[in-house]
Order: sequence, then C-alpha cells, then structure tokens
Amino acid sequence: MNPFSLALRLLRRDWRAGELRLLATALVIAVASVTSVGFFTDRVERAMERQASEVLAADLRLESNQRIPETLIEEADQRLLQRAETLSFPSVVLSNGVTQLVQVKAVSDHYPLRGRMRVRDRISGEDYATESLPQPGEAWLEERLLPLLDLHIGDTIKLGQRLFSIARIISYEPDRSANLFQLAPRVMIRFDEVDKTGLLGPASRVRHYLLLAGSPSQMSSYRQWIETRERPGIQVEDIRTARPELRIALERGGRFLRLAASTAILLCVVAVALSSRRFVERQSDTSALLRCLGASGRDVGRIFVLRLLTLGVIASLAGGLLGLAAQAILVELIGHWFTSRIPAPSAWPLLSGLATGILVLIGFSLPSILRLSKVPPLRVFRRHLGSPPVSYRLFLATALISLGALLMWQIGDDRLAFQLIGGLLAGMAILLLVSRLLVYLLAPLRNHTAGSWRYGLAGLSRNPATTSIQMTGFGLGITVLLVLAMVRVDLLADWRNALPEESPNQFLINIQPGEVESVRNLLAEGGIKTGGPYPMIRGRLISIDDRRVSENDYHSPRAQRLATRDFNLSLATEIQSDNKILAGRWWSESAWHEPWFSVEQGLAETLGISLGSQLGFEVAGQRISGRVENVRSVQWDSFNVNFFVIGTPGLMADLPATYITSFYLPPEKRELLHRLIQAHPSVTVLDVTALMQQVRAIMDRGTLAVESVFLFTVAAGLIVLYAGIQASHELRVQETAVLRTLGLSRRRLVTSLLLEFALLGGLAGLISAALASAISYSLATSVFELPWSIDPAMWGIALFGGAAGVGVAGTLASWRLFNTPPMTVLKKV
Amino acid sequence: MKFVETSEGRLEILRRIDLQVASGEAVAILGASGSGKSTLLGLLAGLDEASEGEVRLFDTSLSGLDEDGRAALRAGKVGFVFQSFQLLSGMTALENVMLPLELAGHHSPERAAMEALSQAGLALRLRHYPAQLSGGEQQRVALARAFAPGPRVLFADEPTANLDPHTGERVAELLFRLQQHSGTVLILVTHDEMLARRCDRRLYLREGRLEAEA
Repeated sequence: MNPFSLALRLLRRDWRAGELRLLATALVIAVASVTSVGFFTDRVERAMERQASEVLAADLRLESNQRIPETLIEEADQRLLQRAETLSFPSVVLSNGVTQLVQVKAVSDHYPLRGRMRVRDRISGEDYATESLPQPGEAWLEERLLPLLDLHIGDTIKLGQRLFSIARIISYEPDRSANLFQLAPRVMIRFDEVDKTGLLGPASRVRHYLLLAGSPSQMSSYRQWIETRERPGIQVEDIRTARPELRIALERGGRFLRLAASTAILLCVVAVALSSRRFVERQSDTSALLRCLGASGRDVGRIFVLRLLTLGVIASLAGGLLGLAAQAILVELIGHWFTSRIPAPSAWPLLSGLATGILVLIGFSLPSILRLSKVPPLRVFRRHLGSPPVSYRLFLATALISLGALLMWQIGDDRLAFQLIGGLLAGMAILLLVSRLLVYLLAPLRNHTAGSWRYGLAGLSRNPATTSIQMTGFGLGITVLLVLAMVRVDLLADWRNALPEESPNQFLINIQPGEVESVRNLLAEGGIKTGGPYPMIRGRLISIDDRRVSENDYHSPRAQRLATRDFNLSLATEIQSDNKILAGRWWSESAWHEPWFSVEQGLAETLGISLGSQLGFEVAGQRISGRVENVRSVQWDSFNVNFFVIGTPGLMADLPATYITSFYLPPEKRELLHRLIQAHPSVTVLDVTALMQQVRAIMDRGTLAVESVFLFTVAAGLIVLYAGIQASHELRVQETAVLRTLGLSRRRLVTSLLLEFALLGGLAGLISAALASAISYSLATSVFELPWSIDPAMWGIALFGGAAGVGVAGTLASWRLFNTPPMTVLKKV
Repeated sequence: MKFVETSEGRLEILRRIDLQVASGEAVAILGASGSGKSTLLGLLAGLDEASEGEVRLFDTSLSGLDEDGRAALRAGKVGFVFQSFQLLSGMTALENVMLPLELAGHHSPERAAMEALSQAGLALRLRHYPAQLSGGEQQRVALARAFAPGPRVLFADEPTANLDPHTGERVAELLFRLQQHSGTVLILVTHDEMLARRCDRRLYLREGRLEAEA
C-alpha cells in the first residue's frame, strides 16, 4: 500500500464530501489573518517608521561638531546606503546695510532622504512639496526673515564673502522638528557652497550631520557596525532616540498589532481544535472500514496524518495567498495616507504564515486525529463504538508547546506571550468549569418550562460535554474580541488625547517682561486662550551635589550635550496640567520662598539627578543653588510650553527672564499674528502647524492600522462561532429529523433552536465579560501602561451580543436541517 | 464464548459455539434480531475478541493476535458485505473497489477494480459516486469491493435487507455467482430463509447457541 497516494485520494474524497471544509476554512483563515496581519503590520510598521523618520530626514543620523570621519561615510557607501550630508551653523546675513542673526543650513544632493520639503514661490502663495534643492548662488529662507530685513523673492543677501539670490521660501523642512526652538531664522544653501562663504574656521560652532537611509536590515546592520567603532563626539540617532513620544506611540501601536495577530491565531486555534474534534467523529466510519479491510492502526494513523499534513500545506498556501491579497487591498486603501511609498512586502510573513498553519494543525489536530487509528473495526456493525477519548495530557502538551512557540514568535515579547497563554489556559479552565456548572444548574429548569423553551433547554443538556466545549469555544472567541476591543479603545483614546484638535500650533518666544501684559491682552482680545506667558531663563547646570558638572563624566551624547549647553529654566507657583509628580511633592504657597527645583524625569535620569540632589546653575553670571524637591513627568507631545527644570519664585524671581507662550490659532484668525508682530517686532513667532500635521498624520495612520487589523480578528472570531455551531451539528441532525417526524412544527423547531443557541451565546458572553475585564486590566496596567476602568456597557454587549450573535448565526447555520426531509436523515442513520 | 458485563451482572451472548467451515463452503447463520448474529460475525472475522475459547482463521488463532495482527491477517484475504453497503460517499465506485486492493498491496489495483466492477455489471458506472447509484447498484459495488482482492472468506451481514425483493434477488444471484466462481468461503448472516437456502449449510443461533437445521 502506498499510504501517500491513498491519503491523497481520501483527501480528495473528503474535500468533495465537504468533510474537511470547516477544518480547512479555519486553517485558511488562521493563516490568512496571520499572514495578512504579518504582511500588513510589517509594511505599515516600516512605512510608519519611514514616515516617522521624516523628523530626522533619514533612517539614521550621525551628528558631530567635527567633520564626520571618512571611514563612517565609506562604510555607508560600501553598504550601498543612501547618503546625504548637512551642516548647520549660526551666522549673520547682511542686506541693505542691516544685519540679522540666522541659522545657516547647507544641504547636499539627495537631502532629505526621508520626507519632503515644502516651499513657496511667493509670500502669499500656496506651499508645495519639492524634491529640488537650492541651485548654486541661491538661498532659500524662512518666511520670518523677509520682514526683518525688508526682503523679497529675487533680492540678494550676503553670507560671508558670497552673495546669494533669494529663490524660495521654506515652509517646512522635515528635520526641523528635531530642533524646534531654533531662535534664529533659517537660511538654506547648497552644501558645496559653504566653503565659498569663508565662514567656517576651526573654532566655528558648526554641527555636521550625516543622513543615511536604506532597508531595515541594512540600517540595523550598519547601526550594529557603528556601535562597535570608536566614534568620539558622534551622536547616533534614529527615530526611536530622536523623538521619544513617537517611539512610545510606535511601540504601543506595534505591540497592539502583534497582539491582534496573536489573538487571531488564538481564535483560529480554537476553531481548528473544534473542527478537528468534529472531523474525527465523522471519520470514525472510514477508519473502522479501513481497519476492517485489513489496514493496521499504524497504516490508518499514517494515512490520516498524511492527509492532515497535505491539507495543512494546501490550506496554508491558500491562506497565505489570501493574506497577501487582503493586505494588498488594505495597503491600497490606506497607501495614499502615507507621504512616502509603502515598502514592498517581504517573503517573511508568508513563510511565517505557512509555518503557523502547520504548527496550529499539529498542535491542535494531531492528538485528535491520532485517535482515529484506535477506532475499533467492530464499529462497522456497532455504530456506537467510537474512538477512545483523546489523552488530555498529550493534547495539553502539544497544544501548549505549539501555542507557546507561535505566540513567542509572533509577539516577540515573552512576557506578553506568557500572559496570553496563561490567560488562555485560565480562561479555558474557568469557561469549562462554569459552563459545566451552568448546564447542570439549567437542566432542572426544563421541568418548569414548556414549548420552545423546554426544547431549547433540553438542547443544552442533551450532551453536557459538547455543550460545555461549545460554550468554551464561544466564550474564548467573545473574550478575545472583548479584550482586544477594550485595549483598542483605550489605545486609540490615548493617542487622540495626546494630541487634541486644538493643541497649540503657535509659539511666541522672546517676549520681554514689559510686553507680557500687552501680549496677553492682544491674545485675549482675539479670543485666544493661552496658559502663559511663562518666564524663560537661560541657565547652565554647573554642579550636582556640589560636584562640578563636566561632559567627561557622561557617556551618553545627550548628557554630554546637556552638560555643556544652556537650557531653559522657568519658575512656577503651580504645576502644569500635563505634568505629573513622580517623586516628592509640588510646593505649596508657604514654600514659595524656599530654594527648590522641580526636575523632569528624563533629564534627571540622563544627568544622574535624584530627589534631594543639590543643583547649582549659572544664570547671566549669577549663581543659584537649590534642592530637588520633586521629579516630574512631562507630556512632551502635548505641544504645550514645558521646562526641564522649574524653580520656586523665591529662588528665581529676580533673575533676568524673557517669556514664552503657546496657543492654538485657528486658521481664520491668522491675521492676529500680523497685528502681534507689528505691535511687538522683537517677539519671535514659531508656527508649528506643519509639524503638528506630521505628528497627527503618523497617529492617524496608526489608528487606521489598528482598526484594520482588528477587522481580521473579528473575521477569526466568526470562524470560531461557525466551528462552535458545527460542533453539535451531527447530534442535531438526527434529533431534528425525529422531532419533525413526530410532528413538531417548523416554526417551533426554529424557535427552540434559536433559544438554545441564544442561551449558549448569552451565557458564554456573560462569563467572557468577567474574564475579559480581568485580562484587559492586566494588559492595560502592565503591558500598555494605560489607565483602566470597568466598563458596564461591555457586560451588556457581551451578554446580548453573545446571545444575538450565536443565536442568529446558529439558527442560520442549521437552516438546512429544517428543509431536509426527515426521511432522508433517518435513512442514513 | 462471548459475554458482556452489565449493571445486572454478566450477560452471556454466545456460548459453546463450535463451527468449522470447509474451503469453498457457503454457510448461512440465521437468527432473530438480537440473537447475537452480528457478534458472532465480528468474532469470526477477528473484529471482536472472544471472552473465552478460541477462534481460528486460516489456521491461525486470533486470540494470540493483537488488533493490528488480526488486521494483517484479514488484509486481502477477508471480504465484507454489509447491510448498509458502507461505501465511502466521496469516492467513486472505482475508487471504493480499489481501496482494499491498495491496502493489500495489489500491483495494479485500478485494473483489478475495473474487472471486478465489470463482473458485477457496473462497467458503465465506474466514475459514479454512491449517491448517484441505486441501492442495488451500491450493494453490487460493495460485492465487487469484497471479491476484488480474491478473499478466502467473505462475511456478509444481511446483504439484501435494505433492498426491495426484486433487487435483493439480483444481488443475491451475483453474490453466489461470484462466490462459486472464486471458491471463497461465505459466512452469511441473515434472517431471510430464502436467501439462506442458497447456502450449503444453514445454522440457527438461538439463546447464544449455534444449532444445525432441525
């Protein structure tokens, strides 16, 4: 006997007979959801990262106050990375006899590697995206420089020894956001024209940047290479180090997407386990016949395992292709939201989908399928003889090993994977126990009811084992969907709250003390709400606990930079609404005279400052000293004015300060800005509308991705529902035929079936609501770090949604029963 | 001997059965419903184990063999025909007949199956599925499947019970024609006296004992 050809023939036979359709469908959906989620998240994550990379204009940025060493550039070239160079330095431009401090940025060809600049040809013109750069002899300027020097497009400015013609106005440069509070206006020229200006000498305050971009593998390999090199004074930044708020958003988003993919696996695993169970029941006759005809148990086992594996490979391939098509449609739908092209799919998700299919099948079908080799041949005479029950130890072992491997692999986060497996096991145990108990408790109710209710209740206790397995299946499906829905809502709300519609889009800097009242009044007259202006004091940290601060004491480039630069301090009597005290206490009015500081958590960690540390600052030649009274977290992505270090009024009130404020300016009130600039020419206005749009766009894409992936999980939930319904199909076929033969009307039959399924779904929903609350609490607090609260609406949705969903779906799926003549059924039995 | 344990104690189904069947012989076992006919058939075919005593098939004691050993003994040498046909619904007539040939390691199962079907008068029904065949045709496919590997023994369990008298008669004719042609031992379980009369020997199963015709 050639078991493979026999297995193939039996597989064909089963397919034609519809025996394997449910198992195959469950598998196809499992693989399709894993693959499409894999493809989609892979591509969207890469696109999101690429979009987020815009804040660096590159995937990786090297920054130094010296020229970037040639070895690093050559290595990048050898690895075929895209490369651009920029440098930035303060200087003075001269025009019409007037000088103005500016920040010059020189850019090489290919700048920016990620994102695009937006420019205007006229002051009042519309801005547009461009891929061109200033031509030789051209300078592009920031708009605010024009009124300061009374310049127009086409005029000439002198920078060092060279004249430049003003060609365009820059409205947005991608990497500007990484250094938002550049006070001097921007002048952009070509990289190769810097030398001609003669401005750069050995002591110039110039920052050199090497921008690099490439595929994720190229970038991570270069990054690994560079980590092993000596690179004094060179700071390496990627999106994760450049913008922590984006990093957090991306990480949370990624974690959710992977969680959604894993829950799709979990759901399909339940569907595969349920449909395998049914498959085994239906294949017992074939097994008995084969054994009767002389096949050994081993032959039968081999034939069924080969069939299973062949089915696994075919269904996984089909699922993989379906996933590929599904993600292509999704990407097509959302592709235009991304400013850059979405990267092409890699083969990895397809391979991982195929492996998932096989693993799911082995883990959740094999123990049941192997039982088929134990079906006694005497079943050909005595149909009640079935296969011996599956060994729970074997089932648990294969299920746990395959599920563990799958989840750890998919999520890439062992802790989350273990939590999910633990949750699943505990959930299954609770669902099985509670559903068995409910079936037991509901059984006596039949004696107190009549008609359809009686048949419905009888249906539940017809076979308690099948009912509790069904309820567990439904329950797991509903639980997973509820958990995911709750985490999704929390996550999306958190993203939206981080950047509300009316977040500040304008900053006013350099407001003099004498102008504060007037600026405040002007804004109030315009109906603008603002939290400030806040005093801003430039100071340098000189000592921590009486030890002098030196850049040599630190390894991290950020700490080294902070140790040598002035940064912005402020004073306040009350804590800002988007700040949160993490250690210590905010000062009360009676302590305003105390010499105390409040320090932002990130800064404290970077510089090794802790609660109670004694800090010394030098501000305009004066030294001040005070104790760290509290450490705060700051929501930097709120676009509110915030400070790393805040002092008490008693400590800082007498220091020289300018003021800063931020506010939301609706587009229709832009005219107010012109009035403000005219009244206060020394006040600098920074418009961050374009930057905010960029950040908001990233979050919107993330939201869309989360919503789309959630849909896949819902599809997986539906297949569990179907598999659960099919689990009791065989029993129902015969019972329905008998009931109809005995004269039960079709209407009553439909009602009783609807009630039976609704009871099943409602009870499963109720248990699920309790389970989901517990799991989402654990996930929200420990994995996503989001606030959690109990949601009464969810209980209602679970109960009624479960009852309605399972009730209607179960009745519809059994519709064929009502139309099949009872004789046809009874003849078969 | 065969007995089962029940809540009321031990229930004896078959006792002191002593039956020897010669090569090429056709034996009918008759009995009322529940008399243990199918149990006896299961024991003789090695599908079930006797609680006590010995069943020998082809001079081999079945009690010394495990389930797989008994299956190996049956492969290609024992045929079955059932009351409910037991055809695999998703396989064509030809594929159904090929099944035991493949299990027995036949070198050209397709050709042998076609021949068997042709002998059963179903040469034009090779690619039909069981659902596309009448009851009589289905049982003829089952007969072709049973005889195709050239079995030494054929066990038939009420082979005409699900058929109308006319069709049943035609199936019975085919059964005995094939049996005589192949020289196969036939053990036929039935409650149909007419059918039993076609056999060389008739035995009655009463209260667990096998008795020859009075």
